[in-house]
Amino acid sequence: MKSLGSIRRDFAPWNDPNAKPYIQFDKVTKKFGEFTAVNNLSLTIFEREFFALLGASGCGKSTLLRMLAGFEEPTAGRILLDGQDLRGIPPYKRPVNMMFQSYALFPHMTVEKNIAFGLKQEGMPAPDIAKRVAEMLKLVKLEQFAKRKPHQLSGGQRQRVALARSVAKRPKVLLLDEPLGALDKKLREETQFELMDLQQELGLTFVVVTHDQEEAMTMADRIAIMDKGEVMQVATPAEIYEAPTSRFVAHFVGNVNMFEGKVAERGAETTRITGATGAQIVVDNGGNAAAGSDIVFAIRPEKIKVSSKKPADAVNALEGEVYDVAYLGDMTVYHIKLDDGQIVRASALNASRVTEDPLTWNDRAWVSFRPDAGVVLTR
Amino acid sequence: MTNIAATAAAPAETAALPTRLAKGFVDRLVIIVPYLWLLFFFLVPFIIVFKISLSQTAISMPPYTPVLDFSDGISGFFAGFRELNFDNYAWLTQDALYFNAYVTSLIIAGISTILTLIVGYPIAYGMARAPATIRPTLLMLVILPFWTSFLIRVYAWIGILKPEGLLNQLLLSLHIISEPLVILNTYTAIFIGIVYSYLPFMVLPLYSSLEKMDHSLIEAAQDLGCPQISAFWKITFPLSLPGVVAGCLLVFIPAVGEFVIPDLLGGSQTLMIGKTLWNEFFSNRDWPVSSAVAVILLLVLTIPIMFFQQAQAKAQEQGK
Repeated sequence: MKSLGSIRRDFAPWNDPNAKPYIQFDKVTKKFGEFTAVNNLSLTIFEREFFALLGASGCGKSTLLRMLAGFEEPTAGRILLDGQDLRGIPPYKRPVNMMFQSYALFPHMTVEKNIAFGLKQEGMPAPDIAKRVAEMLKLVKLEQFAKRKPHQLSGGQRQRVALARSVAKRPKVLLLDEPLGALDKKLREETQFELMDLQQELGLTFVVVTHDQEEAMTMADRIAIMDKGEVMQVATPAEIYEAPTSRFVAHFVGNVNMFEGKVAERGAETTRITGATGAQIVVDNGGNAAAGSDIVFAIRPEKIKVSSKKPADAVNALEGEVYDVAYLGDMTVYHIKLDDGQIVRASALNASRVTEDPLTWNDRAWVSFRPDAGVVLTR
Repeated sequence: MTNIAATAAAPAETAALPTRLAKGFVDRLVIIVPYLWLLFFFLVPFIIVFKISLSQTAISMPPYTPVLDFSDGISGFFAGFRELNFDNYAWLTQDALYFNAYVTSLIIAGISTILTLIVGYPIAYGMARAPATIRPTLLMLVILPFWTSFLIRVYAWIGILKPEGLLNQLLLSLHIISEPLVILNTYTAIFIGIVYSYLPFMVLPLYSSLEKMDHSLIEAAQDLGCPQISAFWKITFPLSLPGVVAGCLLVFIPAVGEFVIPDLLGGSQTLMIGKTLWNEFFSNRDWPVSSAVAVILLLVLTIPIMFFQQAQAKAQEQGK
């Protein structure tokens, strides 16, 4: 059986109809005055899942997280955690902990005291606290910094203190608000994998808010793409990328070419599309698009082949002219201006050092792709 | 390549040298101005006061033996120098009045400072938590009383606090009390006057330390299981301590030497060092003794502050 993406995961409770949801947003709405931050949103997150809320700023993802933490109460709807309705439970009584975007480390306390803070609140005996703090310091590799104050640490170290502090109480759910936002690119990439390892090691449920799609794709089991207070799609990273269900999602994650058009013919196996500018496209997976309906055909640049001659066996081939070429080392990006005027972006992996079919500006060129290379979007 | 860079850099460096010297001079000049200010308007007057405190009273204008009298030549100058002594300071220790006045002043200033902190902290906290758009207005309202004369504002309190004053009339008409309260000419009136007058000096430093505090710290504390009130004492208050200290010093120091408020609101029964000082100068016309009182007051105030600052610097050093 063909699978989307190349990763096979054994952990997929979302495909199991009998799996018990762990966190449930049930028709949740949150209004700030006239502004609707979250609009009638329903979402299910499973135990031990690494779940990402991805969206542009102002899409409501942080509000969702803050409602889970208890800093905001929903205007309407319910939030359930392990079957328990969270309404009215103040933040200090919720079995969730949050790692703040600003880290929010207490500046007047040492690293040790910061980590111990939550445990002291719990009334844990002092020897146990000391043991747990030592364990946490070891986990984030900050043993020798225990007596330092936050302002004596680097950004990356502060991030790890914040992480240690938020997992010290062994919460049921760890909420992470842009956890890597303040780190530089290299450190961010390293930390992504550290976070994934940590989540595996502790067996916690992670809900992370991010605006960085790469971060979400790397770390999360599933991603919820949000826009204007609504969830546009919830799926695994591979599904989000390979099978977006809307133009918004297709656009939001990665690069994409969009062909506006109509369904000309709806067959059992194949669907034929007539582009608005005349292009004829045949696809395998027509989705639920009815014949005659207006649709968009979306295809990723790396799934388009560029050649100087029309490929003999290609089902879909469109002719045009090389408009722009960018050589990026690992790959080359072509912008092909089709004869109907549309510009198509195609990227070719430079798998060999030499190419037999070099193309340059203003050359005639053909773009071709397989019938299963793209998706038909109805919204 | 390196040669070109070296030759290009050399003239640039020589050109920069005079500019740098000039800049150093300007920098130093800027620092010299405040030092000169302190020298002429603090140190020199202090030395004069100190000198007077070592002199003897004399029936003359001004009422003490002249300072640094050069009329008899250098030898006369030194002769005058030898006459200086600490008799006036000894006198201060013989009369319990002065000691009592110092102690009462410190106690009154201390209690007033605590009261001002209790009144000022919620105000500053409320201002810091107010929406950012109305904060400048609130700040303005705190500063606004300074636009009228301090003296007039203290006089106004007489009208409020006196037995037939506004406060008593209000309480009587509301049937909360049946007889007018005696507030004016008591220590209570002094506390009210000091708290009222010095409140902005407490609120402003508190506000500035509370305003820059990251609210997510409180959320983090709550998130870690700390109820809101407890989060205030564990996070907000310790972090506002620099503001608390600054505010308390700004209130305590002038309150110790306060003269106008105890004179107008405290009546003749109350004893404070500022009033004693005034009496020595203007009623007794004993300038040397009153100068000694002033010098002691200065020492009483500055020595603890110096120790405090030293301790704070040490704490900061340890923090780093």
